[in-house]
Amino acid sequence: MFTLGVDIGSTTAKAVILKDGKDIVSSSIVVATVGTDGVSRAMENALRESGVRREEIRFTVATGYGRKTFAGADLQLSELTCHAVGVHREFGDVRTVIDIGGQDAKVLSLNEEGRMANFVMNDKCAAGTGRFLDVMANILHLDISQLEVEAARAVHPANISSTCTVFAESEVISQLASGVRIPDLVAGICQSVAARVASLVKRVGVREQVCMSGGVARNAGVRNAMEKELGVRIVYSEHAQLMGALGAALYAYDKVQNDNL
Amino acid sequence: MGEEVKKKRPAPDPNSAKYKLGQIAAKAYSDCMEAKARGEMVGWCASNFPVEIPETLGLSVCYPENQAAAIAARGGGERMCSESEGDGYSNDLCAYARVSLAYMKLKDAPEQNMPMPDFVLCCNNICNCMIKWYENIARELDIPMIMIDIPFNPDYEVSDAETEYIRAQFWGAIHQLEKITGKKWSDERYKEVMEISGRSSRAWLAATSCAKYLPSPFNGFDLLNHMAVMVTARGKKEAAEAMETLLKEYEDNHEKGDSTYHGEEKYRIMFEGIACWPWLRVTSTGLKSRGINMVTTIYADAFGFIYDDFDGMCRAYARVPNAMNLELSRDKRIKLCKDNHVEGLLVHTNRSCKLWSGFMAEMSRQIGRACDIPVVSFDGDQADPRNFSEAQYDTRVQGLMEIMEANKGGRSDGNR
Repeated sequence: MFTLGVDIGSTTAKAVILKDGKDIVSSSIVVATVGTDGVSRAMENALRESGVRREEIRFTVATGYGRKTFAGADLQLSELTCHAVGVHREFGDVRTVIDIGGQDAKVLSLNEEGRMANFVMNDKCAAGTGRFLDVMANILHLDISQLEVEAARAVHPANISSTCTVFAESEVISQLASGVRIPDLVAGICQSVAARVASLVKRVGVREQVCMSGGVARNAGVRNAMEKELGVRIVYSEHAQLMGALGAALYAYDKVQNDNL
Repeated sequence: MGEEVKKKRPAPDPNSAKYKLGQIAAKAYSDCMEAKARGEMVGWCASNFPVEIPETLGLSVCYPENQAAAIAARGGGERMCSESEGDGYSNDLCAYARVSLAYMKLKDAPEQNMPMPDFVLCCNNICNCMIKWYENIARELDIPMIMIDIPFNPDYEVSDAETEYIRAQFWGAIHQLEKITGKKWSDERYKEVMEISGRSSRAWLAATSCAKYLPSPFNGFDLLNHMAVMVTARGKKEAAEAMETLLKEYEDNHEKGDSTYHGEEKYRIMFEGIACWPWLRVTSTGLKSRGINMVTTIYADAFGFIYDDFDGMCRAYARVPNAMNLELSRDKRIKLCKDNHVEGLLVHTNRSCKLWSGFMAEMSRQIGRACDIPVVSFDGDQADPRNFSEAQYDTRVQGLMEIMEANKGGRSDGNR
C-alpha cells in the first residue's frame, strides 16, 4: 500500500511516497513558494521516480503552511505533528525536536510514545529561521550550501547582536565594510540563529535526545553552534528536510490502518 | 439572471440578555453625548477606576479603552495607530493609548465616537502606561487629571496599609471631583451604587462560571462582547438586570442542553490575554472550525467586583489581574482551568501589553504543569492589526488541537 505525504512550506514543497508505512520509495524537494505549482511538481516528481500511479496512492496527508490550498489531500495536519511523527520513526529516543524551516522555527517536546506533548514557535518575526540565513547568504554573495564550509573556516567568529533580520543585515554590512572576514561573519550568523532558537528550546525544556529537522538541519554551521548553545549532542537525519512530508506519509498509513479505510 | 435572495436575520428578542446588553453598551456612549450636549461635564475614565465614584456623584464618564477596542474591532485600529505614530508616539506603545491619543486629536472616529472630556480619571492598577497616556490628554486639552495609584501587590492578600493608602486617595478623588464638577457625594447613594455594582458582578461571575457545565452553555467569545457592560455600566440597575437575565439564559441553556456555541464542543480551552479585537472573527473562527470552545478567560472575570463597604472597595480594586503577583495570578487561572474542565491554554502574546505578556511565559508554563494541559502562544495585539499573522495563528491552534486530541487518546481528523 502506498501513502503520500506532501509538505507545502513557505519556500519549498516536499513530497514523500511511502510503501506499507516503512519504505520511502521516492521523494522530491522543489524550491517554490506557497501558492505556486511547486507542490504538484514535487508530487509529480515523486510519482515519476517511484513509478507509482496517482490512483495507487491510498491516502494523502498534506501539511505545512500551504496545506489548506492543496485540493488533493485526504487530510490536513499541522507540520508540528508531522515532524513529530517523522522524527519518531527515524529516532525513537528523541524527546526534543528543533525544526527550523524557511520562515519559522519550532521546538517540539515528544512523550515516550513519540507524540507531541507541547511545542513553542518563534514569534512573528523571521529571525532565527531559514529566511534569515538566505538573506545573510545573499549579502555575502554565497550560496546557502556554502555557509557550512565557510563557518568551519572561522578563526574569530563575529558577534551579530541583532536578532531582527533587517537590523542584522545592516550589522553584517557594516562589519564587512570594517574588514571582518567572511568565514568569521558566517560563523557569527550561524551562532546568531542558534542563540535565537536555543532560547525557544529552553522554554520547552531540553530533554535528550535532541534532534534537528527541517532544511536548516543540513547546515552543520548552525547545528554545531546549536550543540554549543545547548550543551547537548544533536542528531539529525539525511531526510531532515523531508521530515514533515515523511511524517505526513506515515500518518496517512496509520490512519488507513487504524480507521480501516 | 435571478436576483439573490438575502435571508433576513430574525429580529432580536428585546427580552434577551444579548439585546439588553447591546442596548446598555450603546447607551453608555449616547448618555455621555447627551450629557455633554446639555452642558454637563463629562470625563474619560480608566476601565479599572472605581466606577462607583462617578456613578455616586451622578457624573457621566466614558471609557477610552472600551472605545479603542470598539474602533479596533470595527476596522479603525491601523488608521488611528498610524495617526498617533505620525505625531511621534512610538509603535511600541500600547495600541489603546495610540488609538485614544489619535481620537483626542481628531475628535472623530466613525467606528465609535464619544464626547471630549472635561476631566480624566486614571488608575494605574491595570497598567502604568495609562499614567502617561492620561497625562498627555490632560496636558493637551488643559483639563484636570485625577490619578489613583494602586501599587503592584507582591503579597497574596491586600494589606491594611495598602487599603489605607488607597482609601485616602479615593476620598481625595471624591473631593477633587466635587470641587471640579460641583456635584455632591452622598453616602446613601454610594450604598445603592455599591449594591447594584455587587449585584451586576455576582450575576456576571455566576454567568461566566456556567462554563463548568459540559458542554458549556455558551461560546466563550460571547463573554468578550458582554463584558463591555461590566466595564462601562456595572453600577447601573439596567446592567444588573441584564446580567441576571444572562445568567438565567445560561442556566436554562444547560437545563435544555442548549448553547450559544453552535456545533459540537470537542475541546475546551482557556484564552489568556486581552482579545485580539481587529482579528476577533479570525481568532474565533480558527477555534470554532476545529470544535474548540474558549470557555473561560481571566479577562472577563476581571470586571466583577464584590465587596461590602468602602474599605472592601479599596481592596477589590487592588486585586485586579494586573496589580497582583505571579503566584496569585497563576492560582486564580489554575482554578478557572480546573473548575471549567479546560484541556488547553491559548496565550495571546499581546504586543500592546508588556506587563501582561512579560510574565506570561513563566506563568503559563506553571499553569500547564499544574493542570497537565498543553500551552500554546501566538503573537497579536489588542488594537493594532499589524502585529498578527493569520497563518501563524492557524498553525498554532491546529497544533494545540492535535495535542488535545492525542491526549484524549484519539487521532486527529485534521482541519478539513
